[in-house]
Amino acid sequence: MSLLGSLLVFLMFVQGGQSLLFGTAKENEEKTLLVNALGHKWELTFTTLVTFGGAIFASFPLYYSTSFGGAYWLWMAILFLFVIQAVSFEFRSKAGNLLGPRTYETFLFLNGTFGTILLGVAVGMFFSGGSFVMDKSSIADTFQPTISYWTNGWHGLEAIVNPFNLLLGIVVYLAARTLGLMYVMMQIESETLNTKCKSQIKITGPAFVLGFVAFLIALFTMTGYSVNPENGLISPVKYKYLFNMTELIWPLVMLVAGVLLVLSGLGLNIFGKRVGKSSFFLTGGGVVLAVWSLLICAAFNDTAYFVSTVDPQYSLTLYNSSSSEFTLKTMAYASLMVPFVMGYIYYVWRAMTKVKMSIDDLSKPDTHKY
Amino acid sequence: MILASLVDLSRLQFALTAMYHWIFVPLTLGLGFIIAIMETYYVRSGNEFWKRTAKFWMNIFAINFAIGVATGIILEFQFGTNWSNYSWFVGDIFGAPLAIEGILAFFLESTFFAVMFFGWNKVSKKAHLISTYLVAIGTNLSALWILVANAWMQFPTGMQFNPDTARNEMVDFWSVALSPVAINKFIHTTTNGYVLAAIFVIGVSAWFLMRKREEEFARKSIKISAIFGLISLIVLIWSGDGSAVHVAKKQPMKLAAMEGLYKSHKGTSLVAIGILNPGKKIDDYYDNPLKYKNEKPYWVNISIPQGLSLLVNRKMDTYVPGVEDILEGGYVYTDRNGDEKIAPPIEERMELGKLAIAGLADYRKASKAGDEEGKDIAYKQLMENFDHFGYGYIEKPSDVVPNIPLTFYSFHIMVILGGFFLLFFALTLYMEFKGIIGKHKWYHWTAIASIPLVYICSQAGWIVAEVGRQPWTIQDLLPVNAAVSGVSSGSVQTTLILFFILFSVLLIAEIGIMLKVIKKGPGA
Repeated sequence: MSLLGSLLVFLMFVQGGQSLLFGTAKENEEKTLLVNALGHKWELTFTTLVTFGGAIFASFPLYYSTSFGGAYWLWMAILFLFVIQAVSFEFRSKAGNLLGPRTYETFLFLNGTFGTILLGVAVGMFFSGGSFVMDKSSIADTFQPTISYWTNGWHGLEAIVNPFNLLLGIVVYLAARTLGLMYVMMQIESETLNTKCKSQIKITGPAFVLGFVAFLIALFTMTGYSVNPENGLISPVKYKYLFNMTELIWPLVMLVAGVLLVLSGLGLNIFGKRVGKSSFFLTGGGVVLAVWSLLICAAFNDTAYFVSTVDPQYSLTLYNSSSSEFTLKTMAYASLMVPFVMGYIYYVWRAMTKVKMSIDDLSKPDTHKY
Repeated sequence: MILASLVDLSRLQFALTAMYHWIFVPLTLGLGFIIAIMETYYVRSGNEFWKRTAKFWMNIFAINFAIGVATGIILEFQFGTNWSNYSWFVGDIFGAPLAIEGILAFFLESTFFAVMFFGWNKVSKKAHLISTYLVAIGTNLSALWILVANAWMQFPTGMQFNPDTARNEMVDFWSVALSPVAINKFIHTTTNGYVLAAIFVIGVSAWFLMRKREEEFARKSIKISAIFGLISLIVLIWSGDGSAVHVAKKQPMKLAAMEGLYKSHKGTSLVAIGILNPGKKIDDYYDNPLKYKNEKPYWVNISIPQGLSLLVNRKMDTYVPGVEDILEGGYVYTDRNGDEKIAPPIEERMELGKLAIAGLADYRKASKAGDEEGKDIAYKQLMENFDHFGYGYIEKPSDVVPNIPLTFYSFHIMVILGGFFLLFFALTLYMEFKGIIGKHKWYHWTAIASIPLVYICSQAGWIVAEVGRQPWTIQDLLPVNAAVSGVSSGSVQTTLILFFILFSVLLIAEIGIMLKVIKKGPGA
């Protein structure tokens, strides 16, 4: 297996992961302004989620089949939450929308809260594992050819009540909410909304930081599983994730840098005189770095990234679940396009957000209003 | 039995989401370009009329787009949730186009979508026009990659089975991406979207003409769409013909089902219109041969002599195998490497498939035990019979026959409606250029009625493609019963019902919103 090839693809999928996390910030203020300001950006988040799915499929097909096919209900719940989001912006204020604006606002709210929490829970399973069995030889059994099975009837719902997963889910939600508040302050011209956000962020921001610290403590004290690259045997290692940080060093650097960025962004926002764009981008950048480093920590350094709680030998590692070298190389070529894609996203983002959005803008004749 | 119903429920769920998705996608594919053409007129002439026209259709586009996106995400994740074995068995090939689709197409679409809708005051006229084109191109690129993946399932190529990982691995990206089946499928599917969008625009415009409202808007919309639609339809029919040639070579069973062709001979005729005899069942072929023999294939049919032979091979006397002929073997088919081979009977293929699968099992056992010689023997057994691998999972020979009536009727409905639309476009252009298009109510009604017809036609096309290839997820390599996830059928049943309710509600809401927007018209 080519580590180089998987590295590139892996990075890309990780990036997909983060943009999701901060992009899904959608708390419902039942304000047209908010829906519109967020509505200009929702496609970007959604697209990232879809690309994230595609990239996992292409890079780690065994994860795709084991986790999605096993933790069926968890993923289905996430899907439902995103389906109802996709239509809600466009349908909310339109005449003839059958369900009335309130329903669509509720859809958005559900997506913003439970959508983020459940995605956090799903990411938590990279550390806490799932109760599945997996044997590739099964495919040669014509009566029971399924490779991987979930061993309980909850099919992923049990992961939600796992305290570790739930903690991460809440942290993800708080992160998304913090960034959402900052985005609103940055993008919307409204005195009342701004004051409300300003007082809210004083609670949400510190809660996010505290939650994250609690999560780090839980993570660094837990037992992880290490894979022997020679023979594929998997064994428990105490403080595995802490060692991953100290042995690899660069995730640690990224994590520290990320935390510092988040803290400075929050500090600027709460104590600064003027709410500029910098606090949003500082915090966002910090979140990206921190999550990125955690995901690296979940799989690199010979770590089993999806542990089977039934028998660790079934666990998924980069070695047994990745795509072939050829496919990963193909993907690496395709990901050469990523800077170009980022470039035009940046250009469009700038062109579209030069000025703040106010209620007057929405009544201008050339505006497509949500 | 439980497994069978799990497979059926999973198939039903996939079919349901795919069909809902396909209600929204084709309109997006075509309408994007129609809008871009209208906006081009606006930028070149500066005439506000064109801006107003383009913006009206953009509104429709946006409503339709949102729900297309919503149904699309379910499809993508369903490969994992409901077809987990499939995801591993071919994820190495199938995943790459999906990921590339995300990077290259979806971001293009979604980024410039924002400019198209919110950027009128924020970017220059030209930048806006470019954005509109980029959205149209982005939607079509999205279609390209998913169709590449779909074509690969129908005609797997460019890969090698690896027994160590128990999956197929990609060895040639370009033969996957540029497979002739993929290119043909892309052309056939996108032009279908263009034709559908053209008929949609003409139908809605005809309603305005009937109401004597916005006549300039309606007539210009009709003119652009009719020209766009007619050209697309010609390409569509041409690619449909190409598609039949591919199916004949690579999926003979699908072709036999499309034509309801049971027993064939040289110079096979083509059924133009027909009603199948529901009493003729393929299960009887094995269980009750006498009854089977006595049942005629059709109640009624009008055929074109030697038509099918001409269609698939351009020669009058070509032999096209029927369902029974395929079950019995002995006909010539093209394998994955493009070599022509004589097909063995299905029962023999099932045996060869079992040999291939046993070879895989032995290989993995030998590999674990460190038995190099045993590995070599098992590998040879696996690879020699790999073309029949999937048949090893088939329980009884008649399982390889798809649902014939569904495939047959869908195919014929599609073809007949395609012919009707050719006449319809020609008539529309004639009436428009004569200047009499606003006068005839019967024409307006025909145009409005064509909207549901074109949706039926489009769905029928997918039924032919997807039902016709059953039981294969990957042609000859992996049947549905070996591809499905290990979830309970009760879970799938629940999500199936939930999806059905959710999508139906959203569809009704969407139609409701569209009707209001159309009623309001472009003036507002």
